[in-house]
Amino acid sequence: MKHRLRFAVGKLFRMALLLLGVSILTFALMTASPLDPLQTNVGQVALGSMSQEQVAKLEAYWGVGTPPVERYLGWLGDVLHGDFGTSLLYRQPVLEVVGQRLAGSLWLLLFAWIISGILGLVLGVTAGATRGRLPDRLIRGYCLLISSTPTFWLALLLLLIFSVWLGVLPIGLSVPIGADAASITLADRLQHAILPALTLSITGVANIALHTREKMVDVLNSDYALFARARGESELRIVLRHGLRNVALPAITLQFASISEIIGGSVVVEQVFTYPGLGQAAVTAGLGSDMPLLLGITVITAAIVFGGNLVADLLYGVVDPKIRRGAARE
Amino acid sequence: MQPILEIQHMSIHFTQYAKGTRRRELPVIRDLSLKIEPGQVVAVVGASGSGKSLLAHGILHILPRNSHMEGRILYDGGDLTSKRAARLRGREIVLVPQGVTYLDPLMKVGEQVRGDDAAPDAKQRARKALARYGLAAGTEELYPFELSGGMARRVLIATAVTHEPRLIIADEPTPGLDAKAAGRILGHFRELAEGGAGVLPITHDLELALTIADQVAVFYAGQTIEVASAEDFASPATLRHPFTRALWRAMPEHGFQPIAGAQPYPGTQTAGCPFAGQCARSTPQCREAADLPLRPWQGGMVRCLNPQREE
Ligand SMILES: Nc1ncnc2c1ncn2[C@@H]1O[C@H](COP(=O)(O)OP(=O)(O)OP(=O)(O)O)[C@@H](O)[C@H]1O
Ligand code: SF4
Ligand SMILES: [Mg+2]
Repeated sequence: MKHRLRFAVGKLFRMALLLLGVSILTFALMTASPLDPLQTNVGQVALGSMSQEQVAKLEAYWGVGTPPVERYLGWLGDVLHGDFGTSLLYRQPVLEVVGQRLAGSLWLLLFAWIISGILGLVLGVTAGATRGRLPDRLIRGYCLLISSTPTFWLALLLLLIFSVWLGVLPIGLSVPIGADAASITLADRLQHAILPALTLSITGVANIALHTREKMVDVLNSDYALFARARGESELRIVLRHGLRNVALPAITLQFASISEIIGGSVVVEQVFTYPGLGQAAVTAGLGSDMPLLLGITVITAAIVFGGNLVADLLYGVVDPKIRRGAARE
Repeated sequence: MQPILEIQHMSIHFTQYAKGTRRRELPVIRDLSLKIEPGQVVAVVGASGSGKSLLAHGILHILPRNSHMEGRILYDGGDLTSKRAARLRGREIVLVPQGVTYLDPLMKVGEQVRGDDAAPDAKQRARKALARYGLAAGTEELYPFELSGGMARRVLIATAVTHEPRLIIADEPTPGLDAKAAGRILGHFRELAEGGAGVLPITHDLELALTIADQVAVFYAGQTIEVASAEDFASPATLRHPFTRALWRAMPEHGFQPIAGAQPYPGTQTAGCPFAGQCARSTPQCREAADLPLRPWQGGMVRCLNPQREE
């Protein structure tokens, strides 16, 4: 127990360091960005017609002129007090914006995460079990094709097929255009989420399936699989009795590691489908020099990814008898 | 007595793809013959990498896919086809594997000894098998990583006796055990033979083989080069093949004289006697002989043009 506690504390400490690093990096990149916040957000023409005082006020609002270190430390101090600041573009508290956007993306992310996980596992196990034969070759071919296809291109392709040619699914957004909030049904929301989620799932599957296949092949080439054969177990029974058991641990790691890929992919996919989620907000904040919002989004998503890895590590402790029994004996 | 297992001219080779698409046949076992009767212990002794494990896997028909086996295997008087082997393995024909890596690292010992057996008494059998080798009921709940070396060995033997086996193939039965523990393990195999099973220990350790075997088949470069009774090993004078004599002299109690040179690597040697490079008695004919059969000689078998043990 003591061992586990030490493990968790160490992890949390590393997480704090990581988040600090992520925020510094984001800040540095934004500061180095050639985009001038006033020109992009207010516009050249509007700026020209403003008085000196107005411009100075705007500069103060967008943080132009304040030394970067001072700005960063100011932001950090506020965050440590639980205040993520106010989004410059949305003029709302950052946490509120992130909360709304995350709620929009959550179903998308969750759906893609679960589908790609299950499908990836099934395809990977099947490919591994039939290594070298037709099903394996088809699955591997599919995975290689998908992983060498840019996500945005796949998104456009699906959009073209389902929305333009077949016309069965909406082109974009998360709700019908012009509908008022009260009349929007769950079915509407689902319909709008299908294509982006599908895109994310399709791309997510490849990585998980390929890695699961590798592991499955290793298991089936192992000494213990050979011994199982020597004891009269059929190939199918070996896959079920030994394969799944031994693929489970790496599958947990893969599944939680894929959170970062799904979130990363959602930035592109939400852009293509103009889906108002977290990914899209990140792009808006980045292009619009909305420093507090971008910092908030990167730090919070990094925390989610890190939290996923932490959960994977803890699950490992539950599933892997070496860790479970080892810890119990201490 | 009817042999429980008879191997006639077994060959195993691998198909390898060297450099792109060029196919290459790599012979690992060539023309191996062996006979074992119920109640007998016939040890196969061969150097590391000489194809000992493959022999075991060949008998069970669980060779890797890129391999090919020729020759004839008779079990209990009938051809041991792959179909028949599939029915018998794990029950009548069992393998005691080389080490703990042959146990699933994530499965409890009890479940592994039981195997994939849904019979209502399977659990009872597994418990009895473990108890037979002095493993308490608590062992069932352990994972392989929690076993000591000696315990793991006994668990592996226990997997062999959940059903009544008639042929037991033991691949390297006592690696890494001290003399006392090794002696105990070998005693278990002897006991199984006394119970009427044929036991085929496969090892690189001649000394160890001699402590339990009735007969020893010496393996060199994938071939049986001599079959001798255990008594023949009392003195080098009663051994037939130059390699067997060299092995005898390499035993610790006979002076530990190393054998000069190395076994030819599989696939490198084409004609003649594979031992010619290391043999003091070799003649020009030895290097050219197209076919060097295993032939009866002085109560045993030998594959040599100039066998020793003259009368
Ligand atoms: N799948 C394979 N493909 C090609 N060659 C193989 C394969 N498996 C084994 N071999 C070759 O066959 C030879 C014999 O292997 P085997 O495992 O039977 O040796 P061994 O006598 O049991 O050795 P050890 O004492 O190390 O257990 C080795 O030299 C190896 O190179
Ligand atoms: S055949 Fe010739 S080379 Fe081979 S072992 Fe006999 S004497 Fe030596
Ligand atoms: Mg071996």
